[in-house]
Amino acid sequence: MEFLSYLISGISLGSVYAIIALGYTMVYGIAKMLNFAHGDVIMVGGYVSLLTMTSLGLPVWVAILLAMVVCTILGILIEGLAYKPLRSAPSLAVLITAIGVSYFLQNSALLIWGANPQVYTPVIEGAVKLFDGQLSITYISILTVVVCVVIMIALTIFTSKSKMGKAMRACSEDKAAAQLMGINVNKTISLTFAIGSALASVAGILLCSSYPTLMPTTGSMPGIKAFTAAVFGGIGSIPGAFLGGILLGIIESLAKAYISTQLANSVVFAVLIIVLLVRPAGLLGKYVPEKV
Amino acid sequence: MSRILTVDNINVYYGAIHAIKGISFEVNEGEIVTLIGANGAGKSTTLKAISNLLHTKTGSIEFNGEKLAHVPPHKIVEKGLAHVPEGRRIFLQMTVQENLEMGAYTQGGKNFDADLANVYEQFPRLKERRKQIAGTLSGGEQQMLAMGRALMSRPKLLMLDEPSMGLAPILVEQIFDIIKELHKKGTTILLVEQNAQMALSVADRAYVMETGKIILSGTGKELAQSEEVKKAYLGG
Repeated sequence: MEFLSYLISGISLGSVYAIIALGYTMVYGIAKMLNFAHGDVIMVGGYVSLLTMTSLGLPVWVAILLAMVVCTILGILIEGLAYKPLRSAPSLAVLITAIGVSYFLQNSALLIWGANPQVYTPVIEGAVKLFDGQLSITYISILTVVVCVVIMIALTIFTSKSKMGKAMRACSEDKAAAQLMGINVNKTISLTFAIGSALASVAGILLCSSYPTLMPTTGSMPGIKAFTAAVFGGIGSIPGAFLGGILLGIIESLAKAYISTQLANSVVFAVLIIVLLVRPAGLLGKYVPEKV
Repeated sequence: MSRILTVDNINVYYGAIHAIKGISFEVNEGEIVTLIGANGAGKSTTLKAISNLLHTKTGSIEFNGEKLAHVPPHKIVEKGLAHVPEGRRIFLQMTVQENLEMGAYTQGGKNFDADLANVYEQFPRLKERRKQIAGTLSGGEQQMLAMGRALMSRPKLLMLDEPSMGLAPILVEQIFDIIKELHKKGTTILLVEQNAQMALSVADRAYVMETGKIILSGTGKELAQSEEVKKAYLGG
């Protein structure tokens, strides 16, 4: 029973990682860049939703909607102002810029909301009790898993069936060829950042609801973990990000329970290293044989 | 015959390298025009400049009476100018049919089924493999897909960059048969080729490029007979 409880909390944590990882992986797939500021968008989503609920006293659904809107706009702005001018710059310059944007967001949050951790009001509270109360599953963990699965399925359908989604895949493969098809590459990249950032805000709300403290650095560690999850599953792959996120959450949760709380992160990264040694492209990394 | 493409004295640079040195040529409706020349002569660069993938420093390119200078690359195909790039550049991780859908990206979708049927009729191999991932196609099939993809945009002018590159002689023949057939159906084609012999055999008119300049021009037949071309490009 104890094991089951750890497993469930691992799947729930993993679902948050998966939602963040989906954003990472989509942006990477298209812009071929690691948006290290992605984790900090989570934090912004957390603050915006918290303040909407507490300071403005508005209902939860307004808070969620507002957080998504703010983060979507933030994502588009970050891409347009920081990354777009560097489209033809070496990837190292883009990487450094992404780290800069990450610190910029953290320090802006520090300036606006202060360094003190704030207590987050979960969007739903309570738990179901099973097996005569031996196993308790919080509603927020159930919600997190459901939201994650829905997002994964929606993204899969979007990229495989919709015209825009297919255009995204075309851009991710070959930008010049995509342009020759008449696809507006800049608009597509911008849309990808918008989707990724909206997902980050959702992840932020779910994360803070499960672990209700919020401070300017809240998004940074989950951001890095989610990046790890994306690499673990095979960066650029949507099911890969999902699988990577869930597995990472489970490994972390079980390592915390049965090995050591302090060593949990080390265990997570050790597993990543082993997986990459065996499968350098990640679990579901794409490999397409090319013929010339 | 009405003029469809006019390239007027364009200069293109790759950084400090002066890749295209003031070339001018034109394509008329219904023609096959070919640019031939050795590797590095600037043939592909010329096509990229027409598609605005590369910036033209001076000179002008006019398509269907409209100057292309400030048209972004993704708007070019909407105007009826399709470019099959060197190395085919099909979307290897997408299916054959998805590639064709991307070709029709700028078309509102109302002609999609008919256009798709046309392409499949032209390239029955693609129909057989429509659900296959494009990366698994053979080189010749990939070239057919690249051409089919371009045709999906209903081009007024089709630019083909080295369609025979890397293909076995029998496939080269096949690709040129398709080019001839497209021509017969009224498609205007600007063909860039290193395989001068094949290119001249199908072309109405031809231009010979060397280090960024056009050094000779004439009808396909004339150039095929020219001593200079024979010596340099046709192996004696």
